[in-house]
Amino acid sequence: MAKILNVSHLAKHYTSGTKELTVLDDITFDIEEGETFAIVGPSGSGKTTLLGLCAGLDRADSGSVALCGIDLSTLNEDERAALRNREVGFIFQNFQLLPTLTALENVIVPLELQGIKNPGKSGMDLLDKVGLADRSHHYPSQLSGGEQQRVALARAFSSNPSILFADEPTGNLDEETGERVVQLLFELNQEANTTLVIVSHDLELAQRNQRILRLRGGKIIANESTVHL
Amino acid sequence: MKDDKGNSTKTNLNWLLKMAWRDGKASGKRLVLFMASIILGIAAVVSIQSFSENLKENIKLQSKALMGADFIIDSNQPPNERVQQIIDSLGGADAKSVGFPSMAVFPKSGNTKLVNVKGIDGKFPFYGELETDPVSAATEYQQSGKALVDATLMLQFDLKPGDSISIGNISLPIAGTLISAPGSTGVSASVAPPVLIPYRFIEASGLVQIGSRVGYDFYFVAKLDQNLEALEDKVDPLLDAENADLDTHTSTGQRLGRRYENFGKFLNLVAFIALLLGCVGIASSVHIYIKEKLQSVAVLKCIGASRKQTFLIYLIQIAGMGLIGGLVGTLVGLLIQQSFPLLLQGFLPFDVQISLSVAPILMGLLLGLFMSVLFALSPLLSTWYVSPLQVLRIQENGSQKSRKANILVLSAIMVFIFLFSFWLLGNWKYALSFAAGILIVFALLGGVANLFMKAIKKYFPASWGFTARQSLLNLFRPNNQTMVLILAIGVGTFLISTLYFSKDILLAKTSLEANEKAPNLILLDVQPEQQYAAASRITEKGLPLLNNIPIVTMRMQKIKDRSVNEIRLDTASTINGWILNHEFRVTYRDSLIASETLEAGSWPAKSKEENVVPVSLSDNVARDAEVGVGDKLVFNVQGMLMETEVASIRAVDWGRMQLNFSVVFPTGVLESAPQFRVLTTNTPNESTSASLQRELVKEFPTISILDLRQLLTVVDAILGKISWVINFMAFFSILTGIIVLIGSVRTSKYQRIRESVLLRTLGAKSKQILKITALEYGYLGVLGSSIGILLSLIGSQLLALFVFETAFVPSWVPFLIVLPGITALVLAIGLLNSRSVLKSPPLEVLRKEGV
Repeated sequence: MAKILNVSHLAKHYTSGTKELTVLDDITFDIEEGETFAIVGPSGSGKTTLLGLCAGLDRADSGSVALCGIDLSTLNEDERAALRNREVGFIFQNFQLLPTLTALENVIVPLELQGIKNPGKSGMDLLDKVGLADRSHHYPSQLSGGEQQRVALARAFSSNPSILFADEPTGNLDEETGERVVQLLFELNQEANTTLVIVSHDLELAQRNQRILRLRGGKIIANESTVHL
Repeated sequence: MKDDKGNSTKTNLNWLLKMAWRDGKASGKRLVLFMASIILGIAAVVSIQSFSENLKENIKLQSKALMGADFIIDSNQPPNERVQQIIDSLGGADAKSVGFPSMAVFPKSGNTKLVNVKGIDGKFPFYGELETDPVSAATEYQQSGKALVDATLMLQFDLKPGDSISIGNISLPIAGTLISAPGSTGVSASVAPPVLIPYRFIEASGLVQIGSRVGYDFYFVAKLDQNLEALEDKVDPLLDAENADLDTHTSTGQRLGRRYENFGKFLNLVAFIALLLGCVGIASSVHIYIKEKLQSVAVLKCIGASRKQTFLIYLIQIAGMGLIGGLVGTLVGLLIQQSFPLLLQGFLPFDVQISLSVAPILMGLLLGLFMSVLFALSPLLSTWYVSPLQVLRIQENGSQKSRKANILVLSAIMVFIFLFSFWLLGNWKYALSFAAGILIVFALLGGVANLFMKAIKKYFPASWGFTARQSLLNLFRPNNQTMVLILAIGVGTFLISTLYFSKDILLAKTSLEANEKAPNLILLDVQPEQQYAAASRITEKGLPLLNNIPIVTMRMQKIKDRSVNEIRLDTASTINGWILNHEFRVTYRDSLIASETLEAGSWPAKSKEENVVPVSLSDNVARDAEVGVGDKLVFNVQGMLMETEVASIRAVDWGRMQLNFSVVFPTGVLESAPQFRVLTTNTPNESTSASLQRELVKEFPTISILDLRQLLTVVDAILGKISWVINFMAFFSILTGIIVLIGSVRTSKYQRIRESVLLRTLGAKSKQILKITALEYGYLGVLGSSIGILLSLIGSQLLALFVFETAFVPSWVPFLIVLPGITALVLAIGLLNSRSVLKSPPLEVLRKEGV
């Protein structure tokens, strides 16, 4: 299978006062198309920074990231945004819905950005799939946390992305709601045959993926298939 | 992997508009105050602009009616042979009049009053009309030999048609009330109200004598295709040489227009300040608004929106709001201008018909759009620089790039302020001073706010109680509103106080000194043979004779060996025209008076040459005639030429209510020249003044008496009207200031509400939260208004020094009323905004406010 994400010798540093902090150091791995992949590690291990770099939200200090065969370092910010719009879906711990848009409007924004006309029907279909068709005209503040995350799921899949990044998708939800959201995530993922990259410190959630990358102190300590776990 | 789906520009624009609408719809409430700021600012500018346009248009349309003829030849002396030739060559005058100030006696009550008598021969006015009550009086007064008396005078002395009026040696019955007449302006008519009589009675009145201030007017109706401009160019220089003048209705209209233009310019600036204040409101509300939107911007960028797209979504929103604000503001402005003719009644010499003019409407719309975008640009730019990484809880520091962009925006704002004020004032120096003044006020206020925050941080009173400490902390913590609130409060207070102080300066300049030595009754046109008898009448009443000043009238014949006629024809000459045509009223004495200081030369005046009279000029005459000490001037003293030399130059304080002279001769030269005297006295009250006036007018009908007490009432009334309009415009600034204040406090509410609710959750009592809020806004109110008043004090001092050239004693009103008033207002607005936090349970507040 083709590689959808290729990370090679990636490093990222931050300056805090006069001190330079190494957040990621010599990270190399790749992900195949359609694979489900988990990045785990304790707080401060560099998981979120790695996700930001892989999705083209930030630039690396050294090393390279190739997303869908395109070296991200060759793209400017707007080109990376366009690439994200075409190929990438996102799910965040705190849902990150646009508060002034209704559930349906939130779902169809990526499609509208692609210039697709009348995306309302596919938006409603997706909301139906996540069980929120009857809440399409509600604003995020009128929805519960679980409902908001389901709208976020519908938004993430709306543009039929090649790869989906999920940052602690159940972090802000109770166990039961979290489980329902995870189930929905894997179902939709299987249906769309999307590559899934989940960042979490929940090992149970990580083990549902085909592979797990373990980080500690900004370094890879393991990159293993869950088949052996 | 998918193919690139190219976005068409149209789809992109549609989507941007859709997103701007969706987002704006849900957050519109937060931008209501933004709209209010724009609406008020635009309303102020449009109302003044539109009214000025209407005024100009009205003057243009009514110029014939204002003059009553197509053109007039006027002179302060009976027409000589040459002038008569010119009049005859123009086909002869269609009507003529003789006008002069004189005392009128109303036998019914015995009251006297200085009036402006005009004897009319012919069917004047040819345009417009004599508005009288009864209407028939306008035509009847000529045939029946009666007088038309000014409406105010009729009312003041309770006169009715049929009562009589005595002017000099004649007594005429009153035909009716004169409501309005072409050619009499509001202000001069208030000082000496007009009385119209038939021309044939002028001689019998015995009031036209040597030295009398008489104006001769000849009215003409132009031929159908007559080019008035060409006529003026051809005839006016010829008349100038004979000390006469030709005025056409167009040139008079233009002159009148220019006179009101200055007043309009001043009001325009006041309105512009209101708009600028509104812009502070725009910048501050958009700043907070965008700050709240940055997370959404990061999300949009994360899911693929470009920097341009996210920037444009909010730019479209702001531009849309600006356009709507501009539209509503324009409509409000057009409505407001309807009230201006009412407000300015009496100040303007004619009725202003209000009509819609396109230019101010367009300007209002464009200004609303442009100002909104310009002042919102700086906060809007942050959407460009926000990183999509923010969605992952990773904060980035503001980049260098955004600082550069902000400096660019600030420069654009300053350039705009300069260009707009240049457009309003038409003088780049004034515009530059205005823009610099604005910059200095804003910079000083901003600097003080900054220093204040730093000072609290450095000298933080850690030992203070919880509520006092918390309120102080709020002033410099992240998301504080200290800068914006101090700017809004400071600029508002600065404006109100400056307007108040300026009015003070203006009124102080005209007020009479309440001093027994200061004259308040002036007797003009006293013939030399009348002076001792008139002086006795004054002293017999126990009143002081303060001055007995001789006055000789003369004109300039030569300036530095060049005749004035030669100078008139010299197009390159920069000598001021009025010098060449003015009839100087000159006195002679050997000492300086209190209002004069010697600037150059010596006093008493001495000349090096024999037969050359040393004279002293006031500094303005020396400047306008372009002469200095030692230069020669030849005066024409009623036909006799007199060679003089400028021996000294005096600075004269013209603002003092006393008799000042631009040319002073030494004693021993003019004593035998035809002259009249001016006697002054001080009357302790109105009744003594009235009784003295009655006696004097009865005995000396040719004497004119100027009652400064009455004059002051007139000046006061005029200033009252002007200050009404100024206050009306200042009201816009104040209202905009309050809106900005409410806006700033409301936006700070969104910043503070989470903390207040958390404090409530942790068990803080309502009283404690109330105290924290009250103290915070109390500090801001006191600081902002104090700096505003202080800056205004400095500004007014500079105005008094350089513009009004007078001493300035500030009144206590701004300190006693404005400072506590504004502080109380800030406090009230702050506390009103905290009501929801205090009255409802914490969770309900959080849900309701969408925190």
